[in-house]
This record gives sequence, C-alpha cells and structure tokens, in this order.
Amino acid sequence: MLLPCRLLSSVAPQRLWVGLGSRVTGSVNSLTSFRAINTSPKDASTPAVQHADEENTSTEAAKLKKPKRAPFIKNLFLGRFDKSVLEFPEVLDQDQHELLHEMVVPIERYFLEQVDGPKIDRDAKIPEETLQGLKELGLFGQQIPQEYGGLGLGATEYARIAEITSLDGSIAVTLAAHQAIGLKGILICGTDAQKEKYLPQLACGDWTAAFCLTEPSSGSDAASIQTRATLSDDGKTWLINGSKIWISNGGFADLMTVFAKTTEILPSGEKKDKVTAFIVERSFGGVSSGPPEDKLGIRGSNTCEVFFDNTPVPAENVLGEVGGGFKVAMNILNSGRFSMGSSGAGMLKRLLSWSIDHAVNRKQFGNYLSEFAMIKEKFGRMSANIYAMESMAYLTAGILDGQEDPDCSVEAAIVKVFSSEGAWKWCSECLQVLGGLGYMKSYPFERYLRDARILLIFEGTNEILRLFIGLSGLQTAGGELREVVQKLRNPLMNPGFIIGKGIERFRQQKDNPKLDLDIAGHLHPTLQPSAQLLEYCVKRFQYSVEMVLAKHGQAVAAPKNQLDVARLADCAIDLYAMTAVLSRASRAYCIGLKNAAHEIQLASVFSAEAAERIKTRVRDLEIGPVQNHDDLYSRIADAVVENKGYVAEHPLTRTFW
Amino acid sequence: MKLKPEVRQDRPSTRRVQGIRGRVQLFSIKSSPFTITMSLRVLVGVKRVIDYAVKIRVRPDKLGVVTDGVKHSMNPFDEIAIEEAVRLKEKKIAKEVVAISCGPTQAQETIRTALAMGADRGIHVEIPAKEVEKLEPLHVAKIMAKLVEQEKADLVVLGKQAIDDDSNATAQMTAALLDWPQATFASKIEKTDGELQVTREVDGGLEIIKVKLPAVVSADLRLNEPRYATLPNIMKAKKKKIAKMKAADLGVDTSPHFEVLDVADPPVREAGIKVEDVDTLVTKLKDAGRI
Repeated sequence: MLLPCRLLSSVAPQRLWVGLGSRVTGSVNSLTSFRAINTSPKDASTPAVQHADEENTSTEAAKLKKPKRAPFIKNLFLGRFDKSVLEFPEVLDQDQHELLHEMVVPIERYFLEQVDGPKIDRDAKIPEETLQGLKELGLFGQQIPQEYGGLGLGATEYARIAEITSLDGSIAVTLAAHQAIGLKGILICGTDAQKEKYLPQLACGDWTAAFCLTEPSSGSDAASIQTRATLSDDGKTWLINGSKIWISNGGFADLMTVFAKTTEILPSGEKKDKVTAFIVERSFGGVSSGPPEDKLGIRGSNTCEVFFDNTPVPAENVLGEVGGGFKVAMNILNSGRFSMGSSGAGMLKRLLSWSIDHAVNRKQFGNYLSEFAMIKEKFGRMSANIYAMESMAYLTAGILDGQEDPDCSVEAAIVKVFSSEGAWKWCSECLQVLGGLGYMKSYPFERYLRDARILLIFEGTNEILRLFIGLSGLQTAGGELREVVQKLRNPLMNPGFIIGKGIERFRQQKDNPKLDLDIAGHLHPTLQPSAQLLEYCVKRFQYSVEMVLAKHGQAVAAPKNQLDVARLADCAIDLYAMTAVLSRASRAYCIGLKNAAHEIQLASVFSAEAAERIKTRVRDLEIGPVQNHDDLYSRIADAVVENKGYVAEHPLTRTFW
Repeated sequence: MKLKPEVRQDRPSTRRVQGIRGRVQLFSIKSSPFTITMSLRVLVGVKRVIDYAVKIRVRPDKLGVVTDGVKHSMNPFDEIAIEEAVRLKEKKIAKEVVAISCGPTQAQETIRTALAMGADRGIHVEIPAKEVEKLEPLHVAKIMAKLVEQEKADLVVLGKQAIDDDSNATAQMTAALLDWPQATFASKIEKTDGELQVTREVDGGLEIIKVKLPAVVSADLRLNEPRYATLPNIMKAKKKKIAKMKAADLGVDTSPHFEVLDVADPPVREAGIKVEDVDTLVTKLKDAGRI
C-alpha cells in the first residue's frame, strides 16, 4: 500500500523527540510511552467529573472535592478540546460575591482619593503614608490564608482586585512583587513552621517580600544563575554569596525568596549543580542593596541590585527541596501571571473611557472625533481586545479556583503574553486619540504607556513565554504521538487506524478538516458560525503541530527553529482567546446579562479575526521557511550582525558621475 | 465668633486610614482632666444614595431621576456620623453603635459598610423599592423615634442632610418627636459630665452650645474625616448582625404627605454679556426685572 508509506514519512521520525526540561524521563525506545499528561484518551470527549458527595450544610466548613481536569492548552496541541471550558466558570458563591464587591469599593476610593500617580512618577517614590494606607487596607495579604492574618482570597478575587490596583502601575508592581512572587513560595511549598513564622507579618505588611532570581548574566536563562549556597560542615547553615539585579522591592524587603546554586553529589560521585530556593531575612546579615534604578516606567516601584556576602541561612529556611529550586521558581511565576490579564483590562477600560470622553467633545472639520471611522475603529478593536483579555484572565482564574490541582502554566503564560502586548498597543492607541494632548505629562496617558512597557519584559519575556507555550505543547504532543508513530510503522496490524489517519491527512492537506468536535453544541446557537470557526482552527492547529514535529523532530527546541514554535504559540494564544470569548459571550446571553448582544458582537468579531490569523500561520508553516520568508530574514540578520550594523549602502552613494 | 478662614471643598477630599491597630491620634476631650467612661448606646442613621460622583439624569417621566444601574453609596454626611460614633466608642464614651437604614434591600450593603467602619450591629427597616422615592424625613424621624424607644438609646447621630433630597429635616424632626434637645450642623462634639458641648457651623460663624443627654446630633462636613473600611474589617463585619423589620412593625405609616409634580434639569447656563459702564449695568438689571 502506497498510502501508509507516505503517511510514515510525514509523521514523527523514528527518533524519539524528548522535550525541554527534565520532566520527561524513561528509556527512549520503550513502547509504553511516558506521558506528559495524566489522563487517558477516553477522557477527552466526555468530561469525566469526579465530585464528592455534597454534604455541606455550612458554606465555611464545606471542603467540596473539586473536579480534576487535564491541562486545556497542552491537550489542544493533540487536537483534544476539553469542552468543559465552554461553560464559563462560576466560581464565587453568593457570600463570596457580595464580599468581593464590598471590598472593591474602599479600595477604589482609596486609589482615587489618596494615590497621587503623577507625584509618584515624578519623585520615583511611593510616599510612606500611601504604602501604610495600603497595608492597613489589607492589600498586602490578599492570598495569605485567614489563619495567618491574610484575607484568604482565591485567584478570581485576586484578579478582580488587580483591576483596581492597576490604577497606579508602581503600586501594582510593588504589591505583586510582594505577594504574587515574593512570598508565594512560602504559600505554595513552605513548611508549616515556615508559614507560621513568616506569613503573619507579611500579611499585614510589617514585612515586605521580594523575589530574587535574576542576575546580571542570567535573565531569561534562569537555570544558569551563579549565586552560590554552600552548606556548612555541621549541615545547619547555608552561606549564600552572589548578586542579583532588578529586584523589585529589593531596597527595603525584609524577606526574600533567593535562588542559588547548590552542589549535589550524585551516587556515582559526580557533582551536579542544582538550583535551590531559600527564605532569606535581611536581618541574617550580609545582605545589602544598591541604589534604586532609574526607570522608564513604574518609577515609583523600587528596583535595585541585591548583594549577598556570606549571608548565613539556617537549613530550615530551605524552600521546598534542596535542588528543587527551579521547579519552585517556575511554579511561583506560573501562579501569578494570570492576573496581568485583569489588571491590563482594568487599566485599558479606564483609558478607553477617557479617550471616548475626549473624542465626543472635540470637534475637527465640523465633526466630533468620535464620528470618524478611523477613531471608531480604534474604539471597536480595543473593546474586542479588552473583552478577550478579561475573558481569558477570569477563565484561567476560574480554572485555578475551581479545579483540583490544576495545571494552568501554559494558559497563564498565554494570558500574560496577550495582555502585555494588548496593554502596550492599546494604551498607545488611546494616547493617539488625544493627539498632542496625549503626549503631555499633564495627561495620564503617557505615564500609563511607560508603565505598561515593562509588562512585555518581566515575569518572563514574551519571547521566552512563546517558546514555553509552544514547547510545552509540543512536548505533550510528542509524548503521545509516539504511539501514533508505532501504529503507523505497523500498518498491517492497525489497518483501520491507518486508513482513518490517511483520510484525515488527505483532508487536512486540502484544508478541509472534518469538524467532529461539536463545539457549537455547547454554546448558544447565535454563536454557531464562530463555534464552527473555532473547531476548524482547532483541527488546523493539530495538523500544524504534527507538521512541526514531523519537520523538526528533536531539533524543534533549537534556536534556529524558534519561529515555527512561535507560530504554534501564537495559534495557541488565539485559540485560547477565542475559546474564552465564546464561552463568556454564550454564558452572558444564556443568563441574560445586560448588553449580552453586544458581547456576542465582540466575541464574533474577535473570533473571526483570530481565525484569519491562525489560518495565515498554518499556511506559513505549510509553505516552509523559504516561501514564508523566515530564511531570507535569517540571512539578512546574519549579514547585519556580521557587519555589526546596517548593511545596505547609503541611498546617496554613487558609483559613477 | 469667626468662621475659620480655611477654605475647603464641600466634600471630604482627604481621609486618614484608621485600621484595626488604631494608630491614628484621636482628638482629646479638653474640658475635663480625666477621661469619663460612659456607656452610651448610639443610634446612627445611614442612607443609601446615588454616589456623589455620578452624573444625575432626569427620568423620562420627569418625576424623578434615573436610579437603575446607577452607582449608589452611603450618604457622605452619614459616613461622618458613623465615624463620629465609632470614635466615641473608641474613647469609651459610647458602648454600642447601631447603624440603621430605611430603604430597599440594597440598603443592607450600606449597613454593612457602616459595620465595616466599626458599628456593632445594624437594623434594616425594609421599604419596598417602589416606595423608597416617596419616603419622607417625617417617616424616617418617626421610625428613628420608635427605634430609640425600643433600643433605649442615649444618643442619635445623623448626617445633616442627604445628598439626594437635601431635606435637612430628619434630625430636627426626630428630636422634636422624642422631645430631646438637638445639636445640628455639628463640627465638633465634646463630652462634659452628662452633657455634650457641640460646636455648630451656622451662617454667622461658629456657635458652641451645651445639650443635655439624651440628644440628637446632626453631623456636618468638618466634624471628622471618615476612615476607609479596611478589607479585614469588611470580612469581620460579615459576622455582625443586621435585624430586619418593616415600618409597619414599628407602627409607622409611610403614606406620602406630598406629591412630586415635576423634576427637571436646572436651566442651561447662558452666556453673560459685558457692559461698558455702571449706568448700562443698572439699566440692564432694571430691564431684566432684577432691581
């Protein structure tokens, strides 16, 4: 049969693709493939929900068992769409909902009345009274459990409050550096003793926290840090030596989560360097900080170098396991990212109102600005993007709150990439609506724009996160596709499978995949066209994943293949956004929210455009690096780098007279 | 008596935050060398009104303003009243602060804000949504008087007026119904033996009076700067009790005594004109019927 042979060459090669990081273990050639996900294929179409009996009479004591689901995006790389996310999560019960909305009021008021944004930006400092007020409001302990003096809020409530704290970028970053990353390690993997010792004073703001990972020579490449921790002979104290840069709150933090390299001696006698996380108090000694950095934006947030000179750290202050620091760092960063979606959306909603206010009052050429199509387009597109940002943020928060031990690392990264780029772009567009006024310091737009620029850089640069999204998904897919490869290599033992796969492959190559997911069945009928688009995109995405794996195999993580991985990541971002907006719009319509029809419009137009973008990217993957210009740009870049600058001759150069 | 020369905006513009640790300095009682511990029960009225920052729009039927979907909050003068009562409790002059609101179901949110600021318990006198607009100061005063009797209160503190109807009548009517002394437009309250020494802001300046307890006080703008309800206090307030009742339970008839005929926007401000000299000015004013 000719067909199976052609299939064989277009799917994963015989060599096994092993993904990034050390999560994938096991022998390379074994038949029983190691899976990066822990669910069996039959889980995919019928969401298996495992609820415990609901015997809760009192809401406080109820420990309802939450359902456990497989990670959504990682499975999307395999064409598996968990339709349960089409039911937009309703996380808060009535009490929590009321409480949250009561809490929002004083926080908003405090920010509007007591926070002088321009002054904070000018002086590059948050006044002590303002910080004190924030501490007394309780904002320093939002996610710390109530028994340690915090508010015990979940992800959803934290995201909602982030919409308000984004009123001032410096304050938002100071708060996030303290609790979303600075002390999060203790929450996630601290021992009870560590929690009892440190959380109470961190919750009320008596102590502030900082997250110390980045070093001068180790930014994105976090595993290459050089700060060292050596264990004393009696095994009771670690001595930390090294320096960290760009540490938010570094100038005054009392408690720091510090990552340092420790040497592990393997059973074979070999020495291996691994990262370990430590809880370091400034009072331990040997800790000093440099002067605050002068920054483009978030100028009120303290950012500085932190130096450790033989800082003694008791052994009980190791966070997690010795040698397990990298995982701790990744877990911490993954858990805080999603709130950038709601804080970005909160900021953009405000800027949108201000720009609309200008546009409906300013007349040029006899028309109000708001009557011109180019201005209207900005408002329209911006609304759709804000809608996508919010939907993704709260969908992710809903999964974090509503599922048992959820793996939202890829989803959170997607929210971060989309929201940071959206915030930067739409902030710029709002400034543009005001024209010259937007450029003036007397208006807040330029400050918000400068504050927003950091969003694309910290907490994992968007480039790194795109690679993370792409490669995590590819790792998941690669693990599973091995089985597919096995079957393809044994066509006579698996004839049905071969034929099925052949037909599927044929349809994909004709850009006509079979739409069998019934996404439309889980959404309101008005959204049927968008649902069909989503299904089509999911199928094309799955096809492009297989294409990329087939093309690159193990080398997919190599530096020169990043553009293909980034394309997959961008598709995943658009898919998640489409899913989130459709899920949310459907719910809004079904439960009868005010302006639900408007939401349907936002969701439809966003999905239509996202689908176009996905189509283009899949096409680019199909036509290969020559026709999609990757090759050419790479060669141009090589020339420019070799020349240490622009290569083309100046246009005025002459060779003849 | 001269009114202090400082110029302030007519709404609380800056507040100090007083948290659970009570770090802010409270003003001291000047009149006696030693603090007097009293056990006053203070009733405070709080009203849910449209938020001061909202742009009001007249309803199409011209009989009221649009309230649907509009942001509401506690009347700013009532916030000042609650703050004063809570400070009295912190100085151990009062032993219990009860927040009372007459309004629709959502008035409970207002009571909860009062509880989060430090009131001990709340009473919600439920008024059906349709009747809320027609509720008059006299009705509220009768309700307050009845509750004073039931709760055996020693002091009633109200905001001087609500920012939606600007009646400035409830405190006065309540005092009259109870035959209690009243100290309205209070900008300072001091306790002296069984009396209160209250500084009142009046048109001519400041007036200082003494009223015997029990009394009714109405809070003016400069009495204090209300605290922000901190998030931990909001959570604690969830456990405090709010008693619910209807006006009929207190024997108060809430049928209206007057009818609103028309509600309209104030006239749009017209441009002024400049005149050459005083004679032209006088002529123009006479023509317009102003003099």
